[in-house]
Amino acid sequence: MLAEHFPALLVVTPLVAAPLIVVVRSARAGWAMALAACLAAVLMAAQLLARVAASGPVSYAIGSWPPPWGIEYRVDAASALVALLVSAIGTASVVYARRSAAAEIGGERLYLFYALMMLCLAGLLGMVVTGDAFNLFVFLEISSLSTYVLVALGRDRRALTASFQYLILGTVGATFYVMGVGILYLATGTLNLADLAVRLPQAADPRAATVAIAFITAGLGLKLAMFPLHAWLPGAYAHAPSAVSAFLAGTATKVAIYALARIWFSVYGADALLRDIPVAPVLAALSVAAAFIASGAAIVQDDLKRMLAYSSVGQVGYITLGLSLATEPGVAAAIAHVVNHGVTKSALFMLAGAMALRLGGTRFSDLAGVGRTMPVITFAFVIGGLSLIGVPGTAGFVTKWALAGAAIRAGQPVFAAVVLLSSLLAVAYIWRFVECAYFREPPAGAPAPGEAPASMTGTALALTAAVVAMGLHGAPVLGAAGRAAAALMGGAR
Amino acid sequence: MSVAGHFGYWATVFLMMAGLFIVISRGNLVKKLVGLSIFQSSVYLLYIVPGKLVGGTVPIVGEGFTVYSNPLPHVLILTAIVVGVATLALGLAIVVRIREAYGTIEEDDLLAADARAD
Repeated sequence: MLAEHFPALLVVTPLVAAPLIVVVRSARAGWAMALAACLAAVLMAAQLLARVAASGPVSYAIGSWPPPWGIEYRVDAASALVALLVSAIGTASVVYARRSAAAEIGGERLYLFYALMMLCLAGLLGMVVTGDAFNLFVFLEISSLSTYVLVALGRDRRALTASFQYLILGTVGATFYVMGVGILYLATGTLNLADLAVRLPQAADPRAATVAIAFITAGLGLKLAMFPLHAWLPGAYAHAPSAVSAFLAGTATKVAIYALARIWFSVYGADALLRDIPVAPVLAALSVAAAFIASGAAIVQDDLKRMLAYSSVGQVGYITLGLSLATEPGVAAAIAHVVNHGVTKSALFMLAGAMALRLGGTRFSDLAGVGRTMPVITFAFVIGGLSLIGVPGTAGFVTKWALAGAAIRAGQPVFAAVVLLSSLLAVAYIWRFVECAYFREPPAGAPAPGEAPASMTGTALALTAAVVAMGLHGAPVLGAAGRAAAALMGGAR
Repeated sequence: MSVAGHFGYWATVFLMMAGLFIVISRGNLVKKLVGLSIFQSSVYLLYIVPGKLVGGTVPIVGEGFTVYSNPLPHVLILTAIVVGVATLALGLAIVVRIREAYGTIEEDDLLAADARAD
C-alpha cells in the first residue's frame, strides 16, 4: 500500500522534485512540477491527519531499521497538523509565485527559484515528521540553507546583507541546537525522541539535561525569532521576494516553534520543565517583551513589509506565551495560533507583494491612496490586519481568546491582560496603513486604478477568505490544535 | 576527574567561545565566516571526543575485540561537516555578491551605505 509510506513520501516528493526541476531547466515546467509536488504533499498531509485522528500516531522506520536504532518518522496529531499547514501555505505560495517571482526575479534562471522552494519545503516537512533529534538538525539545515538563498534573490541589494545576517545567526542557532542534542546523546546514548523521553529521567547527571535544554531553547529560539533573538527576521522578510516572504512567514518560524514544543513537552515533559528547570518563566518574560516591544517597533516602521515582519515577532510572542504556560489548553492555544497566524501573515505578505508589484515598493509613501487604486487588495489587507489585532470574526480573535482563557485557567490572569493590551499596539500599526491607504491622495503619476494579476490576487484572497472562515467557525482548528497539544504532551512518552 | 582528564572538553569550549567571539567582534564578513567555521568545528569535537575510549578498537564482533569506540558520532559528524561546508560555501558566495553590489565587505561600511540609501 502506498499510503503506508506517506510519512516518508511527504518529505521525498519535494526533495526529488528539486533536482528534477534543475534538470528540466524551464521556469514554466518547474512551476508545474513544484505545484504538483506541493499538492501531493497537501493530500498526503491531509490523509495522515485523518488517519492519525482515527487510529493514533503513525510510526515509520526508515530503511526498515526498527527504532530506536534506525531513524524513525513519527506522525501524530501535532506533526500532521503542522505538515498540513506547511504544505498548504507552500502550495499557495507556489501558485502566487508564478507571476510574482517572474516579475521580481525573472531571468533565465527562474527555474532555480522553484527548485529552492521545493528544497525548503522538503526540509520543513522533514523537521515536522522526523522522530530523531539529529535528523531534525539535518532537515533544519536543508530548509535554512535554501531559505538563505531565497532571501538573497530579492531585488534590492539589501536582500544580500539581510541574507548574510540570517545565515550567520541561523547557523549559530542550528549549532546551538546540535550542541544540545550532542549533550543529550552523551547523557543517554540515544537520539530517538521517544527513547530520549524514557531515558532522560534515568540519566546519571541531571545537570546534562538542564544544559541541553538551555542550548536547544536558545538555538531554536534563534530560528523561531524569540524576542531578543529576532534581529535577522525583519531584514529577511522585508527584502526577500514577496512569494518567499509569504512562504516563510507562514512556515519557517512555525516549524521551529513546533520543534521546540516537541522537545519541551514530548521529550522533557511539562512536569519536569516546571519542576526542575526554570525555562518556562524565562520564555514567558521574553514573550511578554516580544508582544509589547516588537509590536511597538512595528508602529514606527516606514515600510509595510518591515512592519509586518515586526508584527510577526510580536505574534510569535503570543505563541511562545501559550507554550510557556505548559498546560494543555495553553499549548493548544499556541498551536492554534501557529495555524491561524501562519495563514493570516502569509495572506498579508501576499497582499503587500501585490501592492509592491503595481506601485514599485511598499514604503508608506508609495502606498498613499492605494485604497483607490487597488480597492480589493487594500480591503483584503485591512481584513487580515483585523485578524492581527484579534477582532471578532477573524482567525486572530479565536486564538487570542483561547490564549487568554488558557492563561486565566493556568492561574496567570496577568498574561490575559498582556494579550489584550498588546493587541492595542496592533490597532495602531494597522491604523497607520488604513490612514495611508484611504485618507491620503495618491501621489502624482500614480498608476491607474487596477488590481494585480489574477493568480496573485486570487491566492491572496483565498487565504484572506480562510482567515475569515477560521474566525467565524473556529472549532475545527481549535479541535485539531487540542488533539495536537494532547499528542505533544503525552504522545512520545 | 582532573582538568587534564577533561582536556577534550576544554578544547571544545575554547573553540566554541573563540569562534563565537570572532563572529560577534569582527566586522569583516569573511572573518565572520572563519569564526563561524571554528564555532561549528567545536561541535565536531563535542561529539567525537567522548566516542573514543583509551585502548578501544573498531567495533568488530570477534576474538580479541572487547573494548571498542563508538562509531555513531563519526557518522553524525560526517553529516554535520557536510552541512558546515555547504554553509561556508554559501556564505562566501553571498559575500562575493555583496562585494559586487556594495564594493565593500566591511560591516560598518555596509550599514553606512544602507543608511545613506534610506
